[in-house]
Amino acid sequence: MVSAPDSTLEPVENDISDIKVDSVGDFTFPERNKFDSGFGITSKTVDYISDVKGDPDWIREFRHKALKVFQDKPMPTHWATKDLENIHFDEFRYYLSDGQKPKRSWDDVPEDVKKTFDRLGIPEQERKFLAGVEAQYDSEAAYSNIKAAVAEQGVIFVNSSEGLKEHSEIFKKWFGKVIPTGDNKFSALNSAVFSGGSFIYVPPGVKVKHPLQAYFRINSEQFGQFERTLIIADEGAEVMYMEGCTAPKFETATLHSAVVELVAMKGAKIQYVTVQNWSSNVFNLVTKRGIAMEDAEVRWIDCNIGSRLTMKYPGVIMKGKRARGEVISIALANSGQHQDTGAKMVHAADDTTSNVISKSISIGQGRSTYRGLVHIPKHLKGCKNNTECDALLINSNSHTDTYPAISVRGNQHSTQHEASVSQVSADQIFYLMQRGLTEAEAMSLSVNGFINDLVKEFPMEYSVELKRLIDLEMEGSVG
Amino acid sequence: MSLEIKSLHAQIPGREILKGLNLTINPGEVHAIMGPNGSGKSTLSKVLCGHSDYEVTSGEVLLDGVNILDMAVDARSRAGLFLAFQYPHEIPGVSNANFLRASLKARLPKGEDIDAVKFYKQMYARMDQLEMDRSFTSRSVNEGFSGGEKKRNEILQLMMLEPKYAILDETDSGLDIDALKIVSRGVNAMRSENRGFLVITHYQRLLNYIQPDIVHVLKDGRIVKSGGKELSLELEEKGYDWVHEEPVAAAA
Repeated sequence: MVSAPDSTLEPVENDISDIKVDSVGDFTFPERNKFDSGFGITSKTVDYISDVKGDPDWIREFRHKALKVFQDKPMPTHWATKDLENIHFDEFRYYLSDGQKPKRSWDDVPEDVKKTFDRLGIPEQERKFLAGVEAQYDSEAAYSNIKAAVAEQGVIFVNSSEGLKEHSEIFKKWFGKVIPTGDNKFSALNSAVFSGGSFIYVPPGVKVKHPLQAYFRINSEQFGQFERTLIIADEGAEVMYMEGCTAPKFETATLHSAVVELVAMKGAKIQYVTVQNWSSNVFNLVTKRGIAMEDAEVRWIDCNIGSRLTMKYPGVIMKGKRARGEVISIALANSGQHQDTGAKMVHAADDTTSNVISKSISIGQGRSTYRGLVHIPKHLKGCKNNTECDALLINSNSHTDTYPAISVRGNQHSTQHEASVSQVSADQIFYLMQRGLTEAEAMSLSVNGFINDLVKEFPMEYSVELKRLIDLEMEGSVG
Repeated sequence: MSLEIKSLHAQIPGREILKGLNLTINPGEVHAIMGPNGSGKSTLSKVLCGHSDYEVTSGEVLLDGVNILDMAVDARSRAGLFLAFQYPHEIPGVSNANFLRASLKARLPKGEDIDAVKFYKQMYARMDQLEMDRSFTSRSVNEGFSGGEKKRNEILQLMMLEPKYAILDETDSGLDIDALKIVSRGVNAMRSENRGFLVITHYQRLLNYIQPDIVHVLKDGRIVKSGGKELSLELEEKGYDWVHEEPVAAAA
């Protein structure tokens, strides 16, 4: 057992014999961590993580450099919410694991962990419609498997640790290249302490028929989860990746700060679908970006439900001619929550096309912010962008802001921006309730109607899940 | 068994609108309420359904013996009260079929769902009666509907939910004569011994198609005169001022 000099490493004793359940993800099992980096983040923390994971030297070095960047960078409160100041980095643990390798069969997964994912329906979904699953529990994957038929096509689907060790040639080529360490304070933090997340490589021409899925579960209190995902679709390849996330609601704050990099080579297509359902004490600060080469397409479908604060602006750099980028996002901010989301579209070649559709719902004291960036430089021609931001307010206290930044130089491009704000009025709710729906059902139906045209784009299983989460959220909001 | 409104007083802040209204609707009966603008006709329909803009200061409303004034809007609906709105709301993104399903499902015990095949069969039959195109099942509720289409849609909901008591609030407003006939046919098809109707209207015209058993005149928040359907013809001819000339009878 490797130990960090300034942290407690005793496995945490816990009396909780049974799980506590309140809503979808709100249950927790006792911690059984063999490895615990302790509270706070210093260079010792980074070394501890590198030691436990057996990192190659270049990764250890990468982490240390990133730590320095993280420490030097101020919080971005000059443009973002002051709530970021309530993140106390000394009060989190940055690495927790039971020291076991990810299992290939659910039967080998430790009982508590297996129960957790059973409750979240992961093994069932895997049987029904997935090509592969990775299930991460705190810092490490507990389960990772890919269907034999998919693996036989040469598709690699492993966790990031395995990716950087077993497939270093291709991993190293792209890791940290789409999102440099210093992109922002939280990408630097992730780069220093990352653990888990997926590494996917799809060989040229291979079209993965069914989605690959990762599920990120936080079980422990006062913990930060920092998964790191890198997906590379080689020329003409196609893949859909889906991620889900939950955490129990603790008394203290939880931190989730992922970095996701996508690389779509010439003519490739990557779709990345997120349905997150964080509990309302999670700071969710995620950096996601893809590069699309010639004729390639990167598409983000992002559903943000829950969390205390989410800051996430999935981006696409359209580097090759005729590349396409798309961000479709749905954010639902209930009382006590702030969804600060958006999209970044960087056009870097001729005839590139981007599309952003953002729908936000604010309920009660909930707050939604849209931040968009569309960049089309002067020397290019034939670039197109379409941006639509629609906000739905339920309750007069709700808050919504839109900050679109469209910088288009030159006159050989076409851009279109539409924004709308609508209200679910008291009279609309009255109308629905007069037909027998409860207030929660009436709100839920209105919200589902508002996002209906986007949900049609989702795989069926995910639209059902999203609807269920919205129903639960609405029940909670009318109390 | 009846919908009994007893000495109902209701107000919006600072202004009393219903001032001691009495009315009893028995199953099988069609009551019409006529009255000048501002007499409280639409207020009555909203108060009965529990709209939060209005405060009931005194009185009772008994639905088959149960006072519904303490019940929430949705509970009153499930208890059997239906309002065909004068201005039906648009619900963007929610298809008509889904809305009807959700409304029917709300009447079932938790966890149970309706039989989809039976549901569609019934819905299509009702839509045929109302001469509604099948495309209306997948269109968003009332969104982009003409005035007449909205009113037909209200009657479709009435037909599907099969309430014990149905209030029609100026269902004839904005309808041309053909649409009026179709809507009336739908309502008449729903007339039964087990169902009471309260038809609120400005004009006698509607009552040619939906023939009332009893006609009431509402003025200044009270029913000032009641009679048979000939009363509506008289009103048409003489206007509402004429009612003034009669000594105000004790409310029916």
